[in-house]
Amino acid sequence: MIPRHQKLLFGILLLASLVMSVTLWQLRERAHQRLIAGQDSAPTSAPEVAAAEQATLLVASDIDGSMRTQFHSLPLPDDPGSRARAVLGKLLDLYAAPDAAHSVPGGGSSVLQVFLLPVPESAAAASVKPKSAESSSAEFRANKPSAAPREQPQTGPQLAVVNLTGSFADSHPSGIATETLTLLSICGTLHANQPRITQVRFLVNGQTRSTLAGHADLTRAYLAGDAAPAEGMQP
Amino acid sequence: MLHGCLLVCAFATVAIVCQLAAAQPVPPAPQARFVVVLDAAHGGDDAGGRLANNQLEKSFTLALSVRLRSLLGARGIQVVTTRESDAAVEPEKRSEIANHAQAQACLSLHVSENGLGVHLFASSLSPAQPTHFAPWKTAQAAWVTRSLALEGVLNSALQHAGMSVTLGRTSLPVVDSMACPAVAVEIAPEMGPDKKAAAGLDDPDYQARVAEALAAALVEWRSEAHQP
Repeated sequence: MIPRHQKLLFGILLLASLVMSVTLWQLRERAHQRLIAGQDSAPTSAPEVAAAEQATLLVASDIDGSMRTQFHSLPLPDDPGSRARAVLGKLLDLYAAPDAAHSVPGGGSSVLQVFLLPVPESAAAASVKPKSAESSSAEFRANKPSAAPREQPQTGPQLAVVNLTGSFADSHPSGIATETLTLLSICGTLHANQPRITQVRFLVNGQTRSTLAGHADLTRAYLAGDAAPAEGMQP
Repeated sequence: MLHGCLLVCAFATVAIVCQLAAAQPVPPAPQARFVVVLDAAHGGDDAGGRLANNQLEKSFTLALSVRLRSLLGARGIQVVTTRESDAAVEPEKRSEIANHAQAQACLSLHVSENGLGVHLFASSLSPAQPTHFAPWKTAQAAWVTRSLALEGVLNSALQHAGMSVTLGRTSLPVVDSMACPAVAVEIAPEMGPDKKAAAGLDDPDYQARVAEALAAALVEWRSEAHQP
């Protein structure tokens, strides 16, 4: 004999189950209708992190040992260090392409960081070319007025420290010409986009390294202005 | 009287001997010393770049150094090499050998599969006035002007031999520490008329032509160095 209160409890639970089943069925139907009606709110395009701007790249060619200026539209962040890293990433992406005239594996992810530091005054006096730097700087600001560095001092030359990955250096083709072209094109590209960068130093995985791939010296600072196309390697 | 005659004869004899001695041709002054340093890059554990057919840069540069030494020796030029075998030589030691030799020309020999033709590099250091004590890492600064002149002579000779030449400036620790006219020579596959590789690095004819052109350039450099 089943007690009466147990029968009552069983009935309530059965009723609750039926109500929940009906509710679930209705929710499912509504979701199905929303999908059919195209009311999906999932994002279909990547969020835009920065506006596209024109970047100047000095692209090397192994055939005649030259460097040519190319202009590319890239989304560039406001922070000068991130900006420099984005530009170099694009440059190394070009070198990693299958039909590159200066073929270097690795691509844009080979640049870990770019640090910008003020150049010591004694070194700056020897390396800066005030007139050309000023005119180039004006052109750069004309592209995007808000792109001026916010935390760095507004004037004075800068030293860029480019931290490359070990895999990039290890896989770089060995040779004086190819290594020199890679370094000069990085220096020239940095100077073309941020003319305050007058010197460039290189690290590999955060450490100093004697050469890039057995030839070009990585222990010294490179003068970025010296890497302009007219002064580069020419046949 | 007899003594007087003997004295006159003696004086006459001495005078004749002196005149004969004066008439002898003066031996030519010894030519200034001319030494060339050949630095075969890499060696030992440092194989350098990997070339086609699994050749190593260190082997190729050594073979070129030996060939060039023979060619220069046959032309009467004294040669000092930084290595004669597959041995590891530190960059500082190479510069030290060159600086001890007090050479009139130093060539650092390299090979690469990248690019075409022959690449000539002088140091990218800014020219500086010679000083009694030069900093080790920038000793080349006082010689950059002469190095550029040597690069020009090498360029002329290689182009005269029908080769494509690329001139450049670079920073190589070995060259930057050399106190002599110094040029890094990097040999890449020969460029053809269609701007593609016409002859590989393993082509014996190409190797011979490059070595002959370099030897001819150094002979020309010697003649310029000996001009008053």
